[in-house]
Amino acid sequence: MLVLAALLLIIFPIFLDTFRLNLMGRYLSLAFVAIALVLCWGYGGILSLGQGVFWGLGGYCMAAFLKLEAARNIANEAGTDQINALTTVGLPDFMDWNQITELPWFWYPFKNFPLTLALMFLIPTVLAYIIGVAMFKRRVSGVYFAIITQALCWIMELLFVTRQGWTGGINGITDLRTLLGWDFMNGEHWTGQRLVYFITVIMIGVCIILGRLILTSKLGKLLVALRDTEDRVRFSGYDVASFKTFIFCIAAAMSALGGGLFVMNVGFMSPKLVTIEPSIYMVIFCAVGGRMSLIGAVYGTLVVSYGRTYFSEQFPELWLFALGGVFILVTVIFPKGLAGIVESATPWLGKVFSKTGEQQGSQPPAEAVGT
Amino acid sequence: MELLAFISMFEGYTGEEIRAIFIMQGFSGLSMFSVFLLMALGLAIIFGQMKVINMAHGEFLTIGAYTTVFISDWAVESAPGFLPYYFPFAMLAAFGVAFLMGYLVEIGFIRFLYKRPLDTLLATWGLSMILQQIFRLTFGAREDSAVMPDWLMGSWAASDMVDIPINGMFLLGTSIFMTVLVWLLMARSRWGLRVRATVQNREMAAATGINTKRTDRMTFALGCGIAGIAGAAFTTIGSVSPSAGSLYIVDTFIVVVFGGAGSLIGTILAAFSIAQAQSILEFFLDGVLAKVFILLTVVGILMLRPQGLVVSKIRKP
Repeated sequence: MLVLAALLLIIFPIFLDTFRLNLMGRYLSLAFVAIALVLCWGYGGILSLGQGVFWGLGGYCMAAFLKLEAARNIANEAGTDQINALTTVGLPDFMDWNQITELPWFWYPFKNFPLTLALMFLIPTVLAYIIGVAMFKRRVSGVYFAIITQALCWIMELLFVTRQGWTGGINGITDLRTLLGWDFMNGEHWTGQRLVYFITVIMIGVCIILGRLILTSKLGKLLVALRDTEDRVRFSGYDVASFKTFIFCIAAAMSALGGGLFVMNVGFMSPKLVTIEPSIYMVIFCAVGGRMSLIGAVYGTLVVSYGRTYFSEQFPELWLFALGGVFILVTVIFPKGLAGIVESATPWLGKVFSKTGEQQGSQPPAEAVGT
Repeated sequence: MELLAFISMFEGYTGEEIRAIFIMQGFSGLSMFSVFLLMALGLAIIFGQMKVINMAHGEFLTIGAYTTVFISDWAVESAPGFLPYYFPFAMLAAFGVAFLMGYLVEIGFIRFLYKRPLDTLLATWGLSMILQQIFRLTFGAREDSAVMPDWLMGSWAASDMVDIPINGMFLLGTSIFMTVLVWLLMARSRWGLRVRATVQNREMAAATGINTKRTDRMTFALGCGIAGIAGAAFTTIGSVSPSAGSLYIVDTFIVVVFGGAGSLIGTILAAFSIAQAQSILEFFLDGVLAKVFILLTVVGILMLRPQGLVVSKIRKP
């Protein structure tokens, strides 16, 4: 934890230029999902292949607010000269292009910032709650749950791409620059991008601490127990479905926060980021870092994402081989990911790296993960 | 608004037209059904029996399709006289190549993952990336297609308004033939008995003298081989690109899960209902909306019946 904090808070900001730092911020906003997956997959045994849905919903909520602000800014700048404003006053430009003349009703809440923040967490969490109750009460789990979440991911992509007038279609929501008048896309020294980076890092810290609290509590022990032998927990009188739903909702909220911060880091949101493939990437981040280690998830995200950027620039043809190889290698030989490698290489360092719950469940037993 | 579109979608058509539309769309649905079924057959063996989630299944289909294209190119260039007859041989070759690949992949890493089903998903996703990149480097990113023999071309005019393409019928025939073959193999042969015994109780099966490792390997390879045949059959209706297989993989998994893993009847039912619903709704609504309706319906039904449409009554170990 200390090593990671030093790396993210001191070393990166000193040695990286704003562009690279912003790249790191981008990767880190994906790490939220990896941390969420450690909680619900590594410990809870719930593999969600559609975690990108929650991430994306959070992102779209944030983007909707910022887009309305951008539209207001354009209107203000145009002033009395409305003809040059290019778009209908106060309406996002893509709606204008799609012949929508009035703001759809569900865009209204995003005029208000506190409401937007609340919705950014609420919409994904409520969705996760509905899915969780519907699935876990019916005892849908393992592979079946994974496939169903994948289908949900697909539905969301199809809807967001085709309902162009409401969502910006395939291009998504672009040209986001200011938040409540603060120019966060500004690349100068300590303003804008750098500040967004630090906010992202601090939020990562909050999520890790929250995750630790959950895992060290009784709930965490129960999660491991129900992952390993769900029936035994059920027969002991626990309401397994509620616990699973709870952790799934927490994971969704965490992912949504990542999505919102992603928009702040890059200034756009697009449906390409909520397709099935990114969701699988997120699972890979978590697997590479170590599905049992909250901190490992952050490292996993940084390593794979950076590797992706670096390799696809340097050796575009080899990149997919390398990535595919990593998938196979990690799952077959290092199921505990980077955290597991560090732990076995230097036992004491491993303890420093990740103290949480490693003792109870070093490796998810076979049947538990599958059934 | 969408619901209104759904209700009013029949407006403006005469009864006879609607019948013709249903028959035509129904038949194009049958083609889709054949593709789903052919792909799902291999998965139903690999996933249904062995619980291995093979995300690279689509790439085994692509292997079969490229094998067919390769043989057809060879026939065009050096053996034009062979061209009318090459297709059955191409199908066999497609099976062989995909079978061999599956066999090697099982030895390579699948066999280490039998006790961790969800991990097979990650590993085979990696495999699918590697295979797609190999296709891209070997065959290029553009789309290839096989030269069809004359007897597969053209269509059969059933009535004035209804026109049924021959390649669609061929595809349907192939998938029915393969389904029967798989059923015979799994339910009526010594080998199928060994597979079922291994799946139900590995230790007991091993104790009775079944080589369970060999059975696993052959089962996986066979599933891949069937995907190869699906790929060969697929070339009769479409062209091949490096990512062709990945277009169908999610659909196929939904078909297998919806039907009830391990149940052949369930797989057929699921493939049929999804394909028909998609094809008929597509004509009246836009394709995407049809897809969303169907996916939501399937998810809804799966919530009510998590085991899928048809539950195979096999005792779990």
